[in-house]
Amino acid sequence: MTTTSLAPAVSTLTIGVRRGGIELLQFMRDKTSLIFTFFFPAMLLLLFGAIFTDSYDLPGLSAAQVFTSSMIAYGVISTSFITMGVGIATDREDGTLKRLRGTPVTATAYFLGKLILVAALTAGEVVVLLAVGVLVFDMPLPSEAGRWVTFAWLFVLSVTSCGLLGIAASALVRNSRTAGAVLNVPVVALQFLSGVFIHPITQLPDWMITFASVFPVKWMAQGFRSVFLPDAATTFEAGGAWEHGRIALVLGAWCVVGLVLCLTTFRWTSRRD
Amino acid sequence: MTAINVRGLRKTYGSHHAVDGLDLDVEVGEVFALLGPNGAGKTTTVEILEGHRRRTSGEVTVLGLDPGHADRHWRARIGIVLQSTSDAADLTVHEIVRHIGGCYPNPRGAAEVIDLVGLTDKSKAKVRTLSGGQRRRLDVALGIVGRPEIVFLDEPTTGFDPEARRQFWHLIRRLSAEGSTILLTTHYLDEAEALADRLAVIADGAIVAEGTPATLGGRATAEAVVSWSGGHREHAADPVALIMRLVAEGADLTGLTVTRPTLEDTYLALIGEAR
Ligand SMILES: Nc1ncnc2c1ncn2[C@@H]1O[C@H](COP(=O)(O)OP(=O)(O)OP(=O)(O)O)[C@@H](O)[C@H]1O
Ligand SMILES: [Mg+2]
Repeated sequence: MTTTSLAPAVSTLTIGVRRGGIELLQFMRDKTSLIFTFFFPAMLLLLFGAIFTDSYDLPGLSAAQVFTSSMIAYGVISTSFITMGVGIATDREDGTLKRLRGTPVTATAYFLGKLILVAALTAGEVVVLLAVGVLVFDMPLPSEAGRWVTFAWLFVLSVTSCGLLGIAASALVRNSRTAGAVLNVPVVALQFLSGVFIHPITQLPDWMITFASVFPVKWMAQGFRSVFLPDAATTFEAGGAWEHGRIALVLGAWCVVGLVLCLTTFRWTSRRD
Repeated sequence: MTAINVRGLRKTYGSHHAVDGLDLDVEVGEVFALLGPNGAGKTTTVEILEGHRRRTSGEVTVLGLDPGHADRHWRARIGIVLQSTSDAADLTVHEIVRHIGGCYPNPRGAAEVIDLVGLTDKSKAKVRTLSGGQRRRLDVALGIVGRPEIVFLDEPTTGFDPEARRQFWHLIRRLSAEGSTILLTTHYLDEAEALADRLAVIADGAIVAEGTPATLGGRATAEAVVSWSGGHREHAADPVALIMRLVAEGADLTGLTVTRPTLEDTYLALIGEAR
């Protein structure tokens, strides 16, 4: 018996990574959410691409590139934020959280597992969307390494900020059945306000752009456009430039806000026990 | 050494006192059973001891620590079987047992624990396909996979078939022999009698009686009922003396029975008094 207290605790990192594995396994076995998560943004992209076929009078810029970058932003948000929020509400309801609460699993290890899940799902999502863009709409993929570096840090910051905000938002959700609907409200509103579906964003009223600039969505969409669109397309941006520094700053700030929120608002159980 | 120490525990929900001044001591290595009617406050008490619920007032220590401020090292030393669960539906029995075991410093092997609860042939089955009793056995497996020093079991054998129940009793005795402290709640008095070193009856959030299965509520010293042919029945504090007298009187003693109150009789009497 005494050996229990003598053996060193399993590290939070180890448990977090194992949680990530188990989360992925569970997600893969839930066919409905799998299909919805992966194919809904792909379907939207197919529809948008089929409806808006006109090109811009800018050499090397096609509507397909614009919509693919926008849909990637959309896909990243819905996969990281919504999947996270709904997933935690479900875990709270079916007793997964209570089970873990009674073991040495820490909140950090649990969050880490969830972040691994949403990062993997989001990466898969991006691959599906790029495949649609390239195969269906003949979108050229960027060849410069620099653009893929931008893509990499943008991806990490986006998934982290949206994931952490999803954890925080799960505290507002009463039950898992309504979670999807509740969480989609800010997401869909912000996507319109941030010009994800409307290009160029400069068509939006100034106040709207100013408002949207406070939130991560506008900067994510702008960032993904900077990866996949030619530099000349900066003329369509609100700031007339890709503004990488500002994108990193805003997303980084939201990561911090998300972390603080999720550490202060996270609840293991739903009832006021 | 006490494993669990509770003084003046209170828990209120609104104006309702779910636990109302409860005292409890459980020694290390003891098997302790909590009995009591539905809504008596058993689950509330046990979940406060597990660190799942906050208490309104009172003092609680489990393994020397306040469960309300416990850390992961303390959690590694306790095992929990909740009253009802519905998690991990998409995983197999082996997957979830191995995963939960992997969170503890010195776990039992997954296959070993699954075998201990008699689920070996369901090892590869999805949790959602398990029957009620099988699901319950899985909960027990998950509660003991981390080699806990204290195991809390809230109505662990609900839905067990008679054979599984016996197997479970055997498991509890084995855990106890290995030095674990066991706190369990149950509505089965035969189970409490078979397993518990000591037991307590809770009614309306407070303990109304406490003792060993043999002595609870004055059971050992309660009057026995002696009955014999011809429909004769007599209460006697000392049945042996009565029988000697009857023999001396030459009474017809075919069909002689001597019954002490069962644990169930004692329990029902205690609950009746508390009402
Ligand atoms: N979260 C809660 N909110 C409000 N009331 C509660 C809550 N949990 C328990 N109660 C109340 O506290 C009382 C004790 O409940 P508890 O679950 O501890 O009983 P129990 O002894 O475990 O009963 P059972 O044998 O049915 O499992 C009940 O009256 C119950 O309604
Ligand atoms: Mg109960």
